[in-house]
Amino acid sequence: MNVAVAKTGNGRAVSDLFASAEGRLPGSPSVIAVRREAFETYERLGLPHRRIEEWKYTDLRALVGEVLPLAANPDAVALKRAAEAVKAHAIAGARKLVLVDGVFAADLSDLKALAAEVSVKTLREVLTNEANPAAGDLLQTASTDAVISLNAAMATDGVVVSVADGTHLSAPIQVIHVATAAGASAFTRSHLRIGTGVRATVVESFVAAGKAGGYQVNDAVILWVGDDADIAHIRLMDDAPDAVNVTSQFVTVGANTKLNFFNMTTGAAVSRLQGFITFSGEGSELSANGVNLLQKTEHGDTTLVVDHAVPNCVSREVFRAVIDDRAHSVFQGRIIVRPDAQKTDGKMMTRALLLSDEAEADNKPELEIFADDVSCGHGATAGALDDSLLFYLKARGLPEKQAQALLIQAFVGEAIEQIADDGLREHVIGIAERWLERRS
Amino acid sequence: MALLEVKDLKVRVEEREILHGLTLTVNEGEVHAIMGPNGSGKSTLSHVIAGKPGYEVTDGQILFKGEDLLEMDPDERAAKGVFLAFQYPVEIPGVATMTFLRTALNAQRKARGESEYSTPDFLKKVREVSKSLNIPQDMLKRGVNVGFSGGEKKRNEVLQMALFEPSLCILDEMDSGLDIDALRIAADGVNALRSPGRAMVVITHYQRLLNYIVPDFVHVMSKGRVVKSGGKDLALELEASGYAQFEDAA
Repeated sequence: MNVAVAKTGNGRAVSDLFASAEGRLPGSPSVIAVRREAFETYERLGLPHRRIEEWKYTDLRALVGEVLPLAANPDAVALKRAAEAVKAHAIAGARKLVLVDGVFAADLSDLKALAAEVSVKTLREVLTNEANPAAGDLLQTASTDAVISLNAAMATDGVVVSVADGTHLSAPIQVIHVATAAGASAFTRSHLRIGTGVRATVVESFVAAGKAGGYQVNDAVILWVGDDADIAHIRLMDDAPDAVNVTSQFVTVGANTKLNFFNMTTGAAVSRLQGFITFSGEGSELSANGVNLLQKTEHGDTTLVVDHAVPNCVSREVFRAVIDDRAHSVFQGRIIVRPDAQKTDGKMMTRALLLSDEAEADNKPELEIFADDVSCGHGATAGALDDSLLFYLKARGLPEKQAQALLIQAFVGEAIEQIADDGLREHVIGIAERWLERRS
Repeated sequence: MALLEVKDLKVRVEEREILHGLTLTVNEGEVHAIMGPNGSGKSTLSHVIAGKPGYEVTDGQILFKGEDLLEMDPDERAAKGVFLAFQYPVEIPGVATMTFLRTALNAQRKARGESEYSTPDFLKKVREVSKSLNIPQDMLKRGVNVGFSGGEKKRNEVLQMALFEPSLCILDEMDSGLDIDALRIAADGVNALRSPGRAMVVITHYQRLLNYIVPDFVHVMSKGRVVKSGGKDLALELEASGYAQFEDAA
């Protein structure tokens, strides 16, 4: 685009980022070649900005400025801090896979318990396997933008999980991303391959160890779900308040499969979850629930592209935002219905609860329909807490803040109720309650 | 000392004066009925006592147990023992009735410096009271008033009254929207709560309710003032003659 773009805010050449990290980026020579190419794409594009339509409301150049250098490999002290964070954020009964500052931490993970039901490798392991000529494919995705390209170039680690046909997981898998380093970036990329007839719950949690802050996360998830599966995929973006988290996820859904997707953002100064979900088999159902809980000057963006590439699939997106102070919530939802995708039923709804006069919500629903026998739609509501409900609660003895909290919990609870697993649901409610306690 | 003293109260809503100097004294253990035609200011009085926003008190005062009620937030008034049974109880989807009841009760107790109820004690108490009010347990699991019939909503108000044990209950048009059977159940619940330490102010348009909740005193309101006070017979008199005579008098 232009030369200026290839500089960071303080004038450092962007290419330094890659050059200084290259020795630490795992991969066979063919993988390194893929990384180089991806980095060249990033260098050409620079950080996304408002003149790029998909990033109109989330101008990373203005909001973030520069990409921080790669975080160091976690040392013993960092791992000890991470262990404490894992303890605090682990879901009761779930089996953990832990990434610390972008590096897989075997000692903090439940590899033994998982081995009985699933296959787990690390991204590093796969990328460095010289006998695998296709290793570089793990860094390729259908669509690429600057942040995805940067992720391909810089990803240090991740988990590569595959669940064999017919497996019913006895416990949820929780991938915990822990940041311990301040002023550094972690790049992770994970692959989840879920076979036919599988029932599984996969959770990804993003947390900070202790007072770690000012870090950046760039994560990518490639999820492939086979036929006749029933999958819950839950993301809990609970980063430090001054962190940056940009996550891209690519999901392919087979036939007659149910996928329940849930995301809740309760941290990070700037966050974006961009999901690209494609139906590749008929008769499948996607239910996507998003919750943004934002305060102070936080900026939270959820962008979902649901591609009905085949007929007879159902997609339901309900996106809720609770926005306080001067925070800014963005929801962009696009439903694409391909020419052959008749009988598609795709709906999206956004509901914003604005707790202050300066709170901001931007919604951009888009329907791209190329088939003629479909049922698609979108709706949006925005408003403050209902005064008559607040008065009723206060007249029953609840102080203002507590009355507000109860109504906010009810608003968010409608989304959380969709989570079937009891322990997980309680865990998510706990995160929402802590967010409410942080409100000034 | 009177429990509630309303002295020469003047209240405006959006530049229009609704109450023009209302005076009312209620002592412990007494049941007062306030009757009057639509627009006489009955509901305004109940809202101002409970602390609903949107009303501007321009003159007069309200003392509750000798304290200035108008200086308190609605939640403080509730904790001090003021309870308003709403004419139209709101529906609160997503807040389970049980959660609401426990949160409210414990908030009031906390404000008074009392210990919070333990869960078993609380459940026992709710079960007792809801049984006497013919409120099924599954209703308590639903969202507050969500999908409740008119009668169920009013019984839920009485349930709260019984749980919170206020010293002053204001019943705003409790009979509106209720058939005779529903009215009888709600009124029985209210009567069970009459006690020497508790006063009630029953606001109603119709005399009918007062067949079930028999007052000690009846006040007739018209055009923002109390224009006549008397015993329970005054209600019967009104039933026969209507409000027209007072509208002229006021």
